[in-house]
Amino acid sequence: MNSAATRPELRDPAWLGRVFWLLAALVLLWPLTVATEFRPWVLLEPANLRISGRFIGSFFPPVLNGEFLAMVLRETWRTVAIATAGITLALVIAVPMALLSVRVLSISALPGRMARGPFWCRQVVRWTLMVLRSVPELVWALVFVRVVGLGPTAGVLAIALTYGGMLGKVYAEILESGETQPTETLLRNGSGRLQAFFYGLLPQNAAELSSYTVYRWECAIRSSVVLGFVGAGGLGQQLDVSMKMFNGGEVATMLLVFIALVALADRVSAGLRRGLG
Amino acid sequence: MKLELTGVAARHPAARPGAAPALHPLTLRVAAGEHVAVIGPSGAGKTTLLQVLACTLPLLQGTLQLGGVSPWRLPKRELQALRGRLFLAPQVPPLPPRQRVVTSVLAGRLPAMGLWESLASLFKPREIPAAYEALRRFDLEDKLFERADRLSGGERQRVGLARALLAPARLWLIDEPLSALDPTRSAQAISTLVDEARARGVTLVATLHQVDTALAHFPRIVGLRDGALAFDLPAAEVSRERLQGLYAQHEEELHGPAPTAEPALNDNPAAPQPAVMHCR
Repeated sequence: MNSAATRPELRDPAWLGRVFWLLAALVLLWPLTVATEFRPWVLLEPANLRISGRFIGSFFPPVLNGEFLAMVLRETWRTVAIATAGITLALVIAVPMALLSVRVLSISALPGRMARGPFWCRQVVRWTLMVLRSVPELVWALVFVRVVGLGPTAGVLAIALTYGGMLGKVYAEILESGETQPTETLLRNGSGRLQAFFYGLLPQNAAELSSYTVYRWECAIRSSVVLGFVGAGGLGQQLDVSMKMFNGGEVATMLLVFIALVALADRVSAGLRRGLG
Repeated sequence: MKLELTGVAARHPAARPGAAPALHPLTLRVAAGEHVAVIGPSGAGKTTLLQVLACTLPLLQGTLQLGGVSPWRLPKRELQALRGRLFLAPQVPPLPPRQRVVTSVLAGRLPAMGLWESLASLFKPREIPAAYEALRRFDLEDKLFERADRLSGGERQRVGLARALLAPARLWLIDEPLSALDPTRSAQAISTLVDEARARGVTLVATLHQVDTALAHFPRIVGLRDGALAFDLPAAEVSRERLQGLYAQHEEELHGPAPTAEPALNDNPAAPQPAVMHCR
């Protein structure tokens, strides 16, 4: 027996509480694992190990012949284009909405309480953003594939709507969470709302806004893969084809391209943060 | 701009509903072009008074007239235009960290600029000479293209004051302009403000913690205590006894250094010394 157990004044009073909450969390998690049929040990059964081993083994070697690489390059370009065009359109939705919904830029809120008209205008904008982002981009893509046909346009529109909702909400939150005194001072001294935004709010939050935008661009590249599976074009559509033909080497090559794209987004974001921060 | 407060009471927007108003019915008249220093212990309502004058705090009762108009009766757009004709400098300088000094100073001119003009000025600053001249009055001309977060606390405060010289305002409301400045810089900053206000015929209302500076530079002194007017006298008639009464139970503020919103930094630039100096 060590001395901590025998001498009561050396006993950590927080320890018992920690054990209790740990056990409570386990008890609460148990029904969730039952509901999701979470049985990871199935993965380790010999038959399943053989299947997954064969699937992963088929990834090697990655296919690197010229014709396939040219196709991958073309589709990569298309994927980047889908993600970039989608994010750009999303910005067209998100920036005005974020500006409309930010409380800091309200002139009527300067003396304390916002007037009723501006208040409801902000609420409506917030609800619109919520509806836009609560419909998954996959659903938007299925809708647009029916309207504009198979191809990248459906992917671009789907990303634009969902990401517009997400960007608008997060932009507004970033703008409200920072230091607002410079912006308020500009409004109090008679500047317009947009002037106060460009001279006060934007320089205050530029680094955060841009790095979040780049992160969302990265997410858009990933979700363009999923959209490709429902026929919205790009690298995702080729990935779907290769998967269905059990061509592991082609899948491996395309996954490597995705890793490279995500790494690129990471570097760009770090550079922007350094430059603006 | 002429100021008239009649029986004004006001409460800070962050105050609890039942709390006593920061300003009790207060009546004050300031003629156009007059210079007034507002003194009083902490919590006397000095900042609230400036916010009332800047039309950012609605009145609980009483009337406010600026240049003969009642601001709160004006339509929204005209009220904002009126705010453009007065300049409120808060105690903490309102400088976004990544903004350059030239942009921060020129932001004072925004009410006189259209939106496109102000956007173009972000790309290539308009009126660089005017910003340089304003900074020169505060000994900061070498910081023109420096970033605001690379300045010391005292330098930031003086940049905030230099903005006043660019503002198209007829009324300057300056809150504790000297809280982060050493005595030499304080004297220079306050005489610059007073001289410029006189040259432009601008009405100047400043709150000050430094009683001696107030008495030396302002012809008229308003003493506030607990949100009420303690005295309103020419500087020459403000006696020791009156000051003692004003600051009773707050004597340390009368004699000691002013309490500061941020630590009073000396005026050395924040940039670290070159590493070679230490590594040799």
